Amino acid sequence: MLRVEELTTDYGAVRAVDGVSLEAPEGTVTAVLGANGAGKTSLLRTITGLVPPRSGRVKIGDADITGMAVEEIVRRGVAHVPEGRGVIAELTVHENLRLGGLWRRGGAAPVAEIYELFPRLGEREQQPASRLSGGERQMLSIGRALMARPRVLLLDEPSLGLAPVIVAQIMAMIRSLADNLGLAVLLVEQNARSALSIANRGIVLNLGRVVADREPGELAADERLRHAYLGF
Amino acid sequence: MTKFIDLTLSGISDGAVYAAVALALVLIWRATRIVNFAQGAMLMVTTFIASAVINSSGHYWLGFVVALACGLVLGALVERVLIRPVEYAPPLNAVILTLGLYTLLVAIAGMIWGNTPRSFPPAFSLRGYEVGGTRLLFTPNDTFIVLVVIAVAVGLAALFRLTSLGLQMRASAFAPEVARLLGVRVARMFTVGWALAAVAGALAGVLVAPSVFLGPNSFDPILITGFVAAVLGGLDSPPGAVIGGVSLGVALSYVSGYAGSSLVPLAALVILVAVLMLRPGGLFAASAERRV
Repeated sequence: MLRVEELTTDYGAVRAVDGVSLEAPEGTVTAVLGANGAGKTSLLRTITGLVPPRSGRVKIGDADITGMAVEEIVRRGVAHVPEGRGVIAELTVHENLRLGGLWRRGGAAPVAEIYELFPRLGEREQQPASRLSGGERQMLSIGRALMARPRVLLLDEPSLGLAPVIVAQIMAMIRSLADNLGLAVLLVEQNARSALSIANRGIVLNLGRVVADREPGELAADERLRHAYLGF
Repeated sequence: MTKFIDLTLSGISDGAVYAAVALALVLIWRATRIVNFAQGAMLMVTTFIASAVINSSGHYWLGFVVALACGLVLGALVERVLIRPVEYAPPLNAVILTLGLYTLLVAIAGMIWGNTPRSFPPAFSLRGYEVGGTRLLFTPNDTFIVLVVIAVAVGLAALFRLTSLGLQMRASAFAPEVARLLGVRVARMFTVGWALAAVAGALAGVLVAPSVFLGPNSFDPILITGFVAAVLGGLDSPPGAVIGGVSLGVALSYVSGYAGSSLVPLAALVILVAVLMLRPGGLFAASAERRV
């Protein structure tokens, strides 16, 4: 579904993403792991067009989306849930959700569907998103992304700052999105253990390069890799 | 007592005009974090166009509508041509650009229409209402000014609260990057914001022109007062701009009536400084809550 080929991104003189290739097939979760500054967020930002790549290609199915504007890439079925939750605090829960499906016009998911998935959001429908807890904000960001019925879901550190119980809930939810909706999920995480628990594949980045691309079990079993890059 | 009522009513009418100018500034500030110093010159140009249309056609309302339409186009054009290229540059670039545009428009207006102020017709009579044998300063035209500004404020509130376009505009203003990730065409929303702002400005121009006369520089004081009103209201809150405009209008009217009209500009600046010192977020500090 999502294919990244030899993608390279520079911020001025700094190379943030260095020749990364990966594949995220539909119905699977691909975890992208690595320490702070490994290039994980830059990789996602390049895929969605927020940052132009220096070279390489990004493809959705057979369509080449490299260099397209963000708004166009979104319209090809890519949903990007940015780091730090990305809810718009000034808008209500309902407005945040509605916004997610606006460009789809008739094709958007009904808001009720999202409330069924996340009942907590339904209870707080008319409240400003600023009143939500961290976990609820993460649910709102993910629910909002689902409004447009995407095919590819990019998640940037969904576990950041959340309590372990909530992290487990969010991870289970992400797994079920891949299983039930057939989404291709690219899950960027520093919390390697949680991410690997639901992933079909694990990719480790260091200084912008792919240093490992394996089954989750193999990654977790490789003590050297775990100590050097994954921190557990 | 009559004097107090007179001052209050004419303050409300002046305040409605300040509110319209403040709205023009606030809509742009909210969308693009730019104070549009060219706003005064932009509304001057649209008012000159209205004047030309009224003089040649003899129809006030035709001129009125043309002014608003020209505001819409001018606002969109300025954003698209001048502001878009510097949108992601340091804010000072855009500020200098709007100052440059101000100078350019004032110079062009002087070349086309001359620098001698000319009269501009009011929409309705300027003869005050008569209540119980006393003639008030408040006129049918003042009623029109207040009503039309209320209508614009209510219309904008409805646009922002009730429509998809309004939701997209708010999202673009609060979180442009997140909005783009949700498929909102943010650049287009900024153009719409500038266009709407310029309509509010154009409206203020035709409303105030009968009392200030029409010349290339006649609207400069209004812009300053409008800016004070906008800051009073918190600079990024449209309802704040309206309330700020009306309260400032009433306050300045009292200063003018009880302490002398020469003190009005000074009073406006004192209020500006006081607000910035005591409540930098404005009297309606929605923004303070927002920055948490």
